[in-house]
Amino acid sequence: MAMSTDRHQHTNLFRSDGLRRRRQWEERTVRAALLFFALVSVLTTLGIIYVLLEETVLFFRQVSFAQFFLDTRWTPLFLSQRFGIWPLVNGTVLVAAGAMLVALPLGLLAAIYMSEYASERVRRVLKPFLEILAGIPTVVYGYFALTFITPILRSVFPQTQVFNAASAAIAMGFMILPMVASLSEDALYAVPNSVREAAYALGATRWEVATQVVVPAALSGIAAAFILAVSRAIGETMIVAIAAGQQPKLTLNPLESIETMTAYIVQVSLGDTPQQSLAYKTIFAVGMMLFVMTLGMNVASYLLTRRFREVYE
Amino acid sequence: MTTDDGRRTTDDRRRTPQYGIRMFEPNLERRKALGVVWEGVALLAILLGIAMLLTLLVKVFVDGLPHLRPQLFTEFPSRFPDQAGLRSALQGSIWLMVLTALLSFPLGVGAGIYLEEFAPKNALTRFIEINVANLAGVPSIIYGLLGLGLFVRGLGLGRSLLAGVLTMTLVILPVIIVSTREALRAVPASIREAALALGASRWEMVRDHVLVYSMGGILTGMILALSRAIGETAPLITIGALTYIAFDLRGPLDIFTVLPIQIFNWVSMPQAAFQRLAAAGIIVLLALLLTMNALAIWLRNRLQRRW
Repeated sequence: MAMSTDRHQHTNLFRSDGLRRRRQWEERTVRAALLFFALVSVLTTLGIIYVLLEETVLFFRQVSFAQFFLDTRWTPLFLSQRFGIWPLVNGTVLVAAGAMLVALPLGLLAAIYMSEYASERVRRVLKPFLEILAGIPTVVYGYFALTFITPILRSVFPQTQVFNAASAAIAMGFMILPMVASLSEDALYAVPNSVREAAYALGATRWEVATQVVVPAALSGIAAAFILAVSRAIGETMIVAIAAGQQPKLTLNPLESIETMTAYIVQVSLGDTPQQSLAYKTIFAVGMMLFVMTLGMNVASYLLTRRFREVYE
Repeated sequence: MTTDDGRRTTDDRRRTPQYGIRMFEPNLERRKALGVVWEGVALLAILLGIAMLLTLLVKVFVDGLPHLRPQLFTEFPSRFPDQAGLRSALQGSIWLMVLTALLSFPLGVGAGIYLEEFAPKNALTRFIEINVANLAGVPSIIYGLLGLGLFVRGLGLGRSLLAGVLTMTLVILPVIIVSTREALRAVPASIREAALALGASRWEMVRDHVLVYSMGGILTGMILALSRAIGETAPLITIGALTYIAFDLRGPLDIFTVLPIQIFNWVSMPQAAFQRLAAAGIIVLLALLLTMNALAIWLRNRLQRRW
């Protein structure tokens, strides 16, 4: 008897319409709120596009596309204003290319070692170092480039300018190395052991398995990592703002002072350029260029991992 | 020496010199030796990275340690290197971090929960996911331009701490979303099924079970995201955080500066004394980061459970 009353009460508790309605209401409210939080990221993207477009459109009302894309000089802050974007792109690509010369081979080798050679214990010792390297603020790398790498470069190549592309590129390369290593390692790690074992069974040595079987199998992942690294290098700001200089010019000589797109934005932000002036609008046009370049690479990297991913069982 | 149907036998090929005898020998010794050499080279690549890290740290400490005096923490910036300090920068950094944490935690974790636990598999969800992945790759200086257009000018917040907090929140949001999702994914499905089987609603299941068990991972990701925020310089320069501030921060609508901006300012000075001061500032910044990372590791070990 007692049990049945008990059960009866419980049944009532769960059938209470008020409670159920409150729970449904709570469920719906929470779901809506969480969806809104997730949509903040979409709003962010829209905001970026809106802000960049708005100012860029204003900029191009005063400066023609031809001036922007065909002129070879960039001097918006001088009296004789010229708006050719290429010197800034040149500086950006020069530093990024230099950084890739450091980060890609070292990063890939590090990834091969971590994934194919290192024992669990060695990995546990080495990995934190790479993580620290990745976690150091970029302004610190800038300091290091200017006060350590540049003096060394100048003692080896006396013609090196105080601010130069090479020292920023080297520091940036080591900053990006952990990212390349970690993403490539993920790609290598995803190759199943059966593939390695098959290669061993055919008589390949360990290095041959790593480079002729595992790396090709993980190639799309590695390529995606490389593209992301380039995109990161192009958007990197503080190292170049500190160590690479403020002289936009068309040159391939890494020992010269140059200016990147990001460093230019910093230069104008720190200066006393009036906010309504045409010179100030240039930073949004440059930002748009930067955004389009990095977006293109990020999408390419995303498609690469999507499209060419080898699916193993 | 051919078989009846005209094919050469293997035996044949081995004996005929023009087919290159060596090609078919395993040559194992040489290949193995080559492998060992390359293994060494690969290890060297990692060691080079580590050597760079150690050089950087030694360089910073040698330069900065003599300047790590009490005045560094109590004085405002100054034109005279021996009187300059980090007071306003430290205040700015700590305020920025606390407010950014308060704002980005509900936003980032909420978005992570939605995508992992609630989102239906449809086009909108896929769009949000791609969008988050893409935002993680947008250069931080672009967020600075967004903050400049939207918060500084659009909302009329000026170069205030609040504008900096809002900008920085957007910078680290993708990081928090990704790490939250990873933490949630680590909770096995059986836990969710058990809660649902007992009559919990989806939100009750998340709130009372999944979230509780994954809090360690979520908080770890949160701290790592904040440690990125505290070293981030470019977006704050772009929204116009000033470098020379000689008064205490009173509220979120005050103008402000942060540690990395002050360091950048000192690095850019021509006098060598300021550069050494910058090194001292870097030591403070690294110490702050180290503390936060240690906290993250401690939390991870303490709160994370294995299934």
